[in-house]
Amino acid sequence: MKTFEIIDHKDTRSGFGAGLQELGKTNPNVVALCADLIGSLKMNAFKDENPDRFFQIGIAEANMIGIAAGLTIGGKIPFTGTFANFSTGRVYDQIRQSVAYSNKNVKICASHAGLTLGEDGATHQILEDIGLMKMLPNMTVISPCDYNETKAATIAIAEYEGPVYLRFGRPKVPNFTDPNKKFVIGKADVMNEGKDVTILATGHLVWKAIEAGKALLEKGINPEIINVHTIKPFDEETVLNSINKTKCVVTAEEHMMNGGLGDTVAQLLARKLPSPLEMVAVNDTFGESGKGEELLTKYGVNTQDVIAAAERAVQRK
Amino acid sequence: MEVAELQKISSQIRRDIVRMVSDVQSGHPGGSLGCADFFAALYFEIMDIDPAKFEMDGKREDLFFLSNGHISPVLYSTLAHRGFFDKSELATFRLIDSRLQGHPSPAKNLPGVRIATGSLGQGLSVGIGAALAKKLNGDEKIVYTLHGDGELQEGQIWEAAMYAAGNKVDNLIATIDYNHKQIDGDIDDVLPMGDLAQKWQAFGWEVLKMDGHNHEEIVQTLTKAKSMCGNGKPIVIIMETIMGNGVDFMMHTHKWHGSAPSAEQAKEALSQLTETLGDY
Repeated sequence: MKTFEIIDHKDTRSGFGAGLQELGKTNPNVVALCADLIGSLKMNAFKDENPDRFFQIGIAEANMIGIAAGLTIGGKIPFTGTFANFSTGRVYDQIRQSVAYSNKNVKICASHAGLTLGEDGATHQILEDIGLMKMLPNMTVISPCDYNETKAATIAIAEYEGPVYLRFGRPKVPNFTDPNKKFVIGKADVMNEGKDVTILATGHLVWKAIEAGKALLEKGINPEIINVHTIKPFDEETVLNSINKTKCVVTAEEHMMNGGLGDTVAQLLARKLPSPLEMVAVNDTFGESGKGEELLTKYGVNTQDVIAAAERAVQRK
Repeated sequence: MEVAELQKISSQIRRDIVRMVSDVQSGHPGGSLGCADFFAALYFEIMDIDPAKFEMDGKREDLFFLSNGHISPVLYSTLAHRGFFDKSELATFRLIDSRLQGHPSPAKNLPGVRIATGSLGQGLSVGIGAALAKKLNGDEKIVYTLHGDGELQEGQIWEAAMYAAGNKVDNLIATIDYNHKQIDGDIDDVLPMGDLAQKWQAFGWEVLKMDGHNHEEIVQTLTKAKSMCGNGKPIVIIMETIMGNGVDFMMHTHKWHGSAPSAEQAKEALSQLTETLGDY
């Protein structure tokens, strides 16, 4: 199994902040909007360096989405920043009509996604956001795995013309991807080539999948681990090529089973390549307060769950 | 443009509205008829626009957003007569494969439409964004929006109102179609909104009022509003209108908010509206 060096531990939201800061220097059309969460979204640097291109909207997310849509009409590339819950569920109709249906070049950037938001509890732990966003025509959905990849993704989406949902999180997690690697929207990344089971992971679960991969190898299972950083458009080719080889698959995500990565994969397999599929995802329940790692374990989306799912998938072949 | 000319345009727009909704037996004639005079003045006298060269980014021209998208017939007729597209296309309103969707959308690339509206309350935010982009671009043109009075019951409107005043978005002129009616009846019966002028003033806006059926007053008030731009405050015009204006049996009732006249009723309505620019 390929070795992955942990460069450092950083939060993916800081990767967003760093990417946005770089865009502030390189792309004069990039503007940023925030709904009273500048510090949490790590937007301070962009704000300080580009005060004319930064808009503090206040606690009014619906207005923020509308203003962002309007800014595109003057050729701007707006990046909105707030928690994932308030970036999606709270403003679904605004995104649907003013952004997705109108096909506006808005980048909806969402932090504190999933259970690892932690202590704030279920009111803030949205686990449905990928599903909500991937259902919208015209919408691209991206869920990077670490600081470096989030930074690269932030920079990449500015170059892409069209609505994008960019999902990242709160906790410091291993930062292990190549900082110089260009982010290619829609191209899944084969992290480790294997032959016995395909593990498709997204977001924070990519590192968990790598940890699981080491344990699986010791059990005699050689996993192919793929980082699916783009949920939509979905890289069917890479995924099908892998499953054609391994004949079974596990999906892993910090998201609800309904509407998540696993659901996309299930649809694909049912249509094109029926295969044993095990889904590591939250199963039709809300989260609760607690530490991120504890919650990942309690709700069945931690390393041990990926290992167990891979073993089940292999047995079902 | 002489008032008499604007009146002719309004009459033709009203004919188009009646024919469009009657032909497909769907659409929203009441509010559309009530805003025909405003649209004629705005598009033929006030706004600086270039219909022949429609560009989505709208740089160096005035912009208009119809937040109450259900009155699309009045917008489509106005755009056609102003030269954004051929008036023959009005015959496709609400039909399959048409660019003239029930509610306006840029999805079908209809010149003159820059954002989808219909789900209410979103157009003021969009207008603010477009106005902010103009400021960033050093573009001194103005952004206009129109809203239904019932639409003001949507919370997003007041988020936007607070933002625009607090951030001195002073290249923005919003107009409220104050016909006092909404689908379920009189506004005062559905959800009373109190004193609208005081509400907007309290939110920090310059407030003007006008009679939405007096072309001279509409032009004067919009011209005054333009002259007030750049003074640190957004501007709202509360425009008194009569739903269904121009067709006697459609006036002063919410009944025609979203109901189409039958062929016979349309014939009667058209007998009250002079054909001035040629029917589509």
